[in-house]
Amino acid sequence: MIASLATPTIDWFALAAPLSLLAAGAVNLLSAVLVPRGDRRVVASVVAALGYAAAIAFAVALYQQTPDGHGVIADAIQRDRLGALTSVIIAGCGLLAVGVSFSERMSDDHIAEYYALLAWAGAGMTFLASAGTLLTLFLGLEWFSISLYILCAIDRELVGSLEAGLKYLIVGGFGSAMLLFGSALVYGATGRLEFHEIAAQVSAQGLSHDALLVAGLALIIGGLGFKASAAPFHMWTPDVYEGAPTPVTAFMSGATKAVALVLTLRVLVTAFPQEARLWTIAVAAIACASLAVGNLAALVQTSLKRLLAYSSISQAGFMLIGIASNNALGARALLYYLIPYCAMSVGAFGVVAARERELNRPVTMDSLAGFGWERPLLGGGMTVFMLGFAGFPLTGGFVGKFYVFSAAYQHGWTWLVIVGVVATAVSLYYYLGVIRAMYFRPSEELQLAAVAGGSPPRELLLQSAVAAAIVVTVGSFFAVQPLIDICRHAAESLRF
Amino acid sequence: MTTALILLPVGGALVVWLLPLRPFAVASTAFLVALAEVALWIDTLARFDFSRPGLQFDEQQSWFSDLHVSYHVGLYGFSLWLVGMSVVVLAAATGYAFWAGRDRPRAYYGLMLLLTGAIVGVFLAQDLLLFYVFWEAMLVPLYFLVGVWGGPGRLRATLLFVIYTMAGSLLMLASIIVLGISQGTFDLVDSGTNSSDWIFLGFVAAFAVKAPLFPLHAWLPETYRESSAEVSAVLSGVVSKLAAFGFLRIAIAKFPGPTADFRTPILVLAACGLVYGSLLAFRAPDLRGVIAYSSLAQMGLITLGLFAVNPLGLNGAVLQMVNHGLISAALFLIAGAVERRAATGELQALGGMARGRPALATVLMTTGVIALAVPGSSAFAGEFAILAGVFTTGWGYAVVGAAAIVFAAMYMLRLISAVLHRSPGRAVTEAALDLRPAELGIIVPLVLCLLVLSAWPAAITERSFPTGNTLTELAGSR
Repeated sequence: MIASLATPTIDWFALAAPLSLLAAGAVNLLSAVLVPRGDRRVVASVVAALGYAAAIAFAVALYQQTPDGHGVIADAIQRDRLGALTSVIIAGCGLLAVGVSFSERMSDDHIAEYYALLAWAGAGMTFLASAGTLLTLFLGLEWFSISLYILCAIDRELVGSLEAGLKYLIVGGFGSAMLLFGSALVYGATGRLEFHEIAAQVSAQGLSHDALLVAGLALIIGGLGFKASAAPFHMWTPDVYEGAPTPVTAFMSGATKAVALVLTLRVLVTAFPQEARLWTIAVAAIACASLAVGNLAALVQTSLKRLLAYSSISQAGFMLIGIASNNALGARALLYYLIPYCAMSVGAFGVVAARERELNRPVTMDSLAGFGWERPLLGGGMTVFMLGFAGFPLTGGFVGKFYVFSAAYQHGWTWLVIVGVVATAVSLYYYLGVIRAMYFRPSEELQLAAVAGGSPPRELLLQSAVAAAIVVTVGSFFAVQPLIDICRHAAESLRF
Repeated sequence: MTTALILLPVGGALVVWLLPLRPFAVASTAFLVALAEVALWIDTLARFDFSRPGLQFDEQQSWFSDLHVSYHVGLYGFSLWLVGMSVVVLAAATGYAFWAGRDRPRAYYGLMLLLTGAIVGVFLAQDLLLFYVFWEAMLVPLYFLVGVWGGPGRLRATLLFVIYTMAGSLLMLASIIVLGISQGTFDLVDSGTNSSDWIFLGFVAAFAVKAPLFPLHAWLPETYRESSAEVSAVLSGVVSKLAAFGFLRIAIAKFPGPTADFRTPILVLAACGLVYGSLLAFRAPDLRGVIAYSSLAQMGLITLGLFAVNPLGLNGAVLQMVNHGLISAALFLIAGAVERRAATGELQALGGMARGRPALATVLMTTGVIALAVPGSSAFAGEFAILAGVFTTGWGYAVVGAAAIVFAAMYMLRLISAVLHRSPGRAVTEAALDLRPAELGIIVPLVLCLLVLSAWPAAITERSFPTGNTLTELAGSR
């Protein structure tokens, strides 16, 4: 009986990136038991870094060897350049996050488990990046979400960490449930799970205005919106970003958003091309809501982590404009935007982490006074990231914004360009506010005791991570052509 | 070669930031780079062929091809003169900072050089997106220069400055996207004219804020007062000219239809700014206020000349742009020198500084007399050409402009007498020195440039638009 079940051939190479991260996580779990406590931190972080490096290498190889996308493993996985590029971005975030994590003051009890979970979260994301059916979509989503729930709560000595984990668990669980329910409705309407088969069934049976299908589509958008922290599904973001250990926040803000946005693009374009009229408007509305909520709420924040959390909501809004445009330019714009965005996001939280360790308390705008002058690299990095978020030239953030606006205009939505431009203008206030806090105020205003023993310990890994993020942020401005070519090939995996 | 004009200061900035130099070495490196930039410009000037129409020394390199954006730089006759004025003013400003001494020199001079590169880049850019890139890149160093090294009210001043300019710039970005995508190229030379009023207004918004054009000048007095003297000199001398350059290069050249449609309101606003700025300059209580508001007035005058849209008006406007750049830079630097001695810029507390300070008196007097457009001065030549140009559009504008020359005399003479003459003010002590040789070495070249231009204004007016029908040429090939 069992022998008669047809098992699909497995394309191990297509799964190499998640597998290498899974392996790294497994090795780390072993090292939690086998490696002596004193060496555990170094060993675990090196293993996680190697896992991410291997994932990058495999994803790059996959990108090069997959000029045309196709489904593998019974179409459960889509082996294409879109997934490969997303995996590279995610693994890049992961690598930087390992660098940021290294000197985090965390007890050695769970340090190996921390890095194991960090690798597994990345594994789930890289798996999700190439999901080809609603089932693998949900599987991948839960896989990385559960890792992140634990990561948020892992530092029990950190005030608010447990709360953050719990909030993320409850709200994230709600989002997952929405996604699952939506998937069920879509399956009910079409009888298929594969993205392209859904589209085929919809056109074959003329289902494009089927209530079940449309409701399912709406729920799927909502479920992915939770992960991308787009308004109105953003409520968890500020609390979780603030409460979670900062390196985890850094990883989440970059990688989670990247994978959620790419998946939104993939699902909508492959599975629901007939409903484009509906979802383009829905996504544009979500983008506008994110821009409004993120920017307006960020204006009044004093905690830097909360400010960056709201900024990440507004950045999701900008990137959703690319999805809402529903054209090849928009897909390219989203993928390009993700590259500098992830670097800026991880880098900015990395700087926050450094300042936190220095002051041993949460970083507020006030406690940044004089920071830029005292720590030239970190302050300069933060300046670059803020200017990049705000879309100033000489950072990739500018080109990214330019591309998404161009895509919206090409779609015929000049009003969306105007909304984006106005949102950018509003965002300047708080992005430049961070720079103002770092440089324009003398550090005497910093009402804190001077850091004991002069300058803090040199955190070489964190500083290299920030430096790498600076290089990507600025480099992506100059190297637009090669990057956009890569993004174009990746976007060609989708049919517009 | 044209690229070198941009790369030299940017490279200088990187050297200053990355090499662990001592403060004196930093400042002198920066000053030398600024001087080298002037030398490079002189070299370009020598090789520039004024008899040939069109873009010269252009260099093009694709940046991203799917949207047809390229790095395209080049020079027209008038942009050459504006670049020259800018590098001279920026060298003077850098030199002044060198002499006055600034805290955190590596950051300061690096930003100053970056600013130089960005400003030159705006004048050279022949691609819409590149133009925007330089335009925005210029704002970043300015934000720091005003916000870190400015006076006590700098936080509010930077906020106003940035919000105003960015609101305008982002509208321009929307216009650039719409124009570039709809034309299929962002190149200024390859693309043709456009007749959309909305796109035109997006550009005008950015330039009108930066110039500033009445009534968008609310950021101006505070920013000019709170910045350090040399940054004010750059802001009022150079940065405002970029806006006028943008009017000419993009708004007028690329949008002949909308320019004709909106000409009257723009001319009226320019005339209002001219009168209003002059009156405020006459009533301003401090040195910087007078110069700041006179700058508003002068930008109104230049805008009048530009939107006359005839050869006389355009030539006059370009000459006046160079004139005013040099004049207001010199005045701001002198104001800085006076403020260093008296610790205040309030006209009430100043006075009687001419006695025993012949150099200061001579320099201020010469600059002031040129600024109030005494016949024979280069400012007179510029203003005359502008008024003659705008006269053909409407005699009313010419009357307002002529009245403004009288106002200019009023506020300039008031400034001169308040600083130099009358009895010594309470802030002026006997110990206050005359201008030092270093200060003279910085300010006198600016005044000399003005004197040369006074003797030979045709150097610019006959060499800005060599072929006459330049607007068709600027409009592009398509």
